[in-house]
Amino acid sequence: MNRLMIRTEQLKAFYVLDVHGDQTVVKAVNDVNLEIRENEVYGIAGESGCGKTTLLKALYGAVDPPLRLVGGKVYYFVDDQPLDITTLSAEEKRRLRWEYVSYVPQGSMSVFNPVIKLKETYRDFIASHVSGKTREEAFEIAKGHLKDLGLPVKILDAYPHQLSGGMRQRITIALAALLKPRMIICDEPTTALDVVVQRGVVQMLRDIQANLKNSIILVTHDMGVQANVADRIAIMYAGKIVEEATTETIFGNPVHPYTRYLIHSLPRFGDKTTRESAPGNPPSLSDLPSGCPFHPRCPFVLEICKQQMPGTYKLDHNQKVACWLVEERQDASSS
Amino acid sequence: MKVLKDLIKDYRFAISFCILGFLLILAILSIFSPYDPTLWGDVPRDLEPSWTYLLGTNSKGQDIFWQATFAVRNSLIIAVVAASVSRVIAVLVGMVAGYKGGRTGTILMFVSDVFLVIPLFLIIVMLAMLVREKMNLVNLGLLLAVFGWAWDARVIRSQVLSLREREFTQTAVLSGTGTVRLVLNEYMPFTMPLIFSTLINNMAWVIGLEITLAFLGLVNMDIPTLGTMLQWAISYQAVLLGYWWWILTPIILSILLFVALYWLSVSISEYLDPRTRIQRVGV
Amino acid sequence: MQALLEVDHLTKIFTLGSMVSRVRITAVDNVSFHIKPAEIFALAGESGCGKSTTARIILGFEQPTSGAIVHKGKRDAQSKNKQVWFTEGIQAIFQDPFGTFNPLRTVDRYFFETIHSYKLAKNKAEAIERIDQKLKAVGLSYEEFAGRYPSEFSGGQLQRISIARALLTDPILMIADEPVSMVDASLRMSIVNLFKKLKDDFGVSVLYITHDLATAYYVSDRIAIMFRGNIVEEGSVEQVLMAPKHPYTKLLRESIPEIDPNLRWSQAVTLSDTEQEEYLRTGCKFAGRCPQVMNICKNVVPEDVYIDGVLVKCHLWTESGITPSIPVPMRKEPVD
Repeated sequence: MNRLMIRTEQLKAFYVLDVHGDQTVVKAVNDVNLEIRENEVYGIAGESGCGKTTLLKALYGAVDPPLRLVGGKVYYFVDDQPLDITTLSAEEKRRLRWEYVSYVPQGSMSVFNPVIKLKETYRDFIASHVSGKTREEAFEIAKGHLKDLGLPVKILDAYPHQLSGGMRQRITIALAALLKPRMIICDEPTTALDVVVQRGVVQMLRDIQANLKNSIILVTHDMGVQANVADRIAIMYAGKIVEEATTETIFGNPVHPYTRYLIHSLPRFGDKTTRESAPGNPPSLSDLPSGCPFHPRCPFVLEICKQQMPGTYKLDHNQKVACWLVEERQDASSS
Repeated sequence: MKVLKDLIKDYRFAISFCILGFLLILAILSIFSPYDPTLWGDVPRDLEPSWTYLLGTNSKGQDIFWQATFAVRNSLIIAVVAASVSRVIAVLVGMVAGYKGGRTGTILMFVSDVFLVIPLFLIIVMLAMLVREKMNLVNLGLLLAVFGWAWDARVIRSQVLSLREREFTQTAVLSGTGTVRLVLNEYMPFTMPLIFSTLINNMAWVIGLEITLAFLGLVNMDIPTLGTMLQWAISYQAVLLGYWWWILTPIILSILLFVALYWLSVSISEYLDPRTRIQRVGV
Repeated sequence: MQALLEVDHLTKIFTLGSMVSRVRITAVDNVSFHIKPAEIFALAGESGCGKSTTARIILGFEQPTSGAIVHKGKRDAQSKNKQVWFTEGIQAIFQDPFGTFNPLRTVDRYFFETIHSYKLAKNKAEAIERIDQKLKAVGLSYEEFAGRYPSEFSGGQLQRISIARALLTDPILMIADEPVSMVDASLRMSIVNLFKKLKDDFGVSVLYITHDLATAYYVSDRIAIMFRGNIVEEGSVEQVLMAPKHPYTKLLRESIPEIDPNLRWSQAVTLSDTEQEEYLRTGCKFAGRCPQVMNICKNVVPEDVYIDGVLVKCHLWTESGITPSIPVPMRKEPVD
């Protein structure tokens, strides 16, 4: 088993919004426990509004109002020592960023300053994180880095708007990997990209991971991308992780009813039989149903599902499922 | 109404609302004035404030308190006339130029640029000198309105230009909505904050300009306004002679008015801003 | 059977740049296709291929540089006024469900507008009944929809509401411009199944514009693949997607991530750096990236040829397929 890189324990992060006196609490991350190891690609899948981006923010330590850490802990294992990042100061967190963990937020291909050339962005970046380099040395580092990743060096002379969306996305990821961080967190890196470009971006992520042998946390709702790049996948629903297993297991043997819907609803080539999405709509995170949040849409709902949140049960091959059905099945098989 | 309740929670709105309320009451009180504001010598001169003469009297023999009520009323009238007329022009020009585009838009913007570029002050001075006698409140308001719409027309036009590219415009077209209805129903909610905040800013600008013109003696000096009160006080050397009640009255009233208008504009436009409105909607 | 809509040699050229340096981008290059009644026709390709521009021209939001749209026998060739001249028989839904509706107005306003503009009901009660009927067809009801703002719905719901609004006028053709790109992968099926239902139950044709070939395969009958303004392959969806002939179609097909971790991509793919350069090529626009490029491809624009009922625009097939000396119908597949 590889070394542990991140662990969360009963993580709870809520948005507390106050609009003209009416208070709303959005339970974006609601009791999440996960462990991410070295040298793996960990995928987090789920619909929009399930809390994945908030989970990433919490993992990255970017918890700013109106987002509040309501409970639980996030540990980084730097040199095998657990470090509780919820207690770190802003300065300590800043030192970790980009060198230990880097974050590629959603829509990040728009983060470049549109009026300066890309090489300036690179130089600024290098200058602020790597001390003692002259402008020329910094530029050489940037060029070398791009060459390693198979990107054309001439793009450094371009302005962001001259490049295609896919190229900008790849450059953003390249920038995130520049300082060889131990962890890279990507939020929907391939959404809004065309299919061929998507393939190029995924390829690049795989190459980076293979080279640096670090951990990549990839959030996307596109199961096809997850199938192509993730080693383990966690399925998130309404702020909780409802299933976690290796990629083969998730696709080959999904157990949680939501995961089953997710996998079976995806269209496949050569097969035009009717496929169905899960009925109904995902719940609003400020107005969650009682008990298991999936129960209003679940075809196998039991009485207990409406009242109590299920715990997480372990199955073979390290598969974890949060569902009362599994408990029933385990009871039945053990009796 | 719910809107008022929400707005009152913002301290800026609450305070400015009170100040404006107070000023409005003053303005309305002018109806009950026992003195004709254009006449001189109704009361003994240069008396300090007392219970008979609440704010004292000036060197022209007028009761300053009742003068002030007229001054506030008249300044507000000029401001309201000027600002509303210029809003109407700005909205019409801006929306037509923005939605139609093409040649109409270019022509309209050219006209608007001309108004922006003309040396405003010289023209107003010239016109004011020519028609000084006929320069009553409404005419002054209209004159200032003619010069106050150009900037905002351009701002409204650029907003309409960007709204035109949004997908809901296409939905409205597909729903068979005609041009006028589309612009009024779809774009107005977005333009409202602009219109309101520029209205109030415009009012403040007009009052400032009026004070300046009065200072230069270019308006009918017999009609009491905040500007003319100030001008008389200065030309009668009120500061040197220590008649603080005469010079401070218009100054303090003007400051109150400007602060109230500014806070009102800021709080209302924040409230109407589509981004915060979207948050409130459906809550 | 007469075609419902015919796009005839449509061309649209955009001029970019200032007076000093102008670049002419041919966004739509001599595109022709037709849509039959009660069929789902997919227009697929990556961003920048011209599919959305084609849709905008069909709807009248954009004027073509040359070519015509033929609908019900009427030709619309470069009409100068901006009126959308057939919004009754043709309706559209767009990519961003949250952009489709004005966030500051309730959603039902658009429904009432449509009914009012096209005189579809005599009074409010009738209007509500008609709206309710269309909402039920998409799986919603009037009660949960009335008086609500767009922000109170999810993306999937809004997209369905958008379809319901388009159905109000009982259109015969629905133009769906990337309707599921902004909807979560897990909810796409519900929207796409709706299109199938519209075709089967109501005989509505759909022009399905997308870059998602998986859903295109699932729901369409015929498909045309566009690349930088040209249609490079067109035919039944089984033939084009299961046995692609054009190298670009093959690349697209292979790049779709399989929902099976055992079928991961093995080959690396080269991407273009900027999009402009491909538009400006002489010869075949794909020549820069084509794994099977030949010398002729860089200089001569390929012709359209017919192989097995599929239209292909590629020199590979001209060489080995039908020789150009035999007159080949320039584009039409026999309309039965």
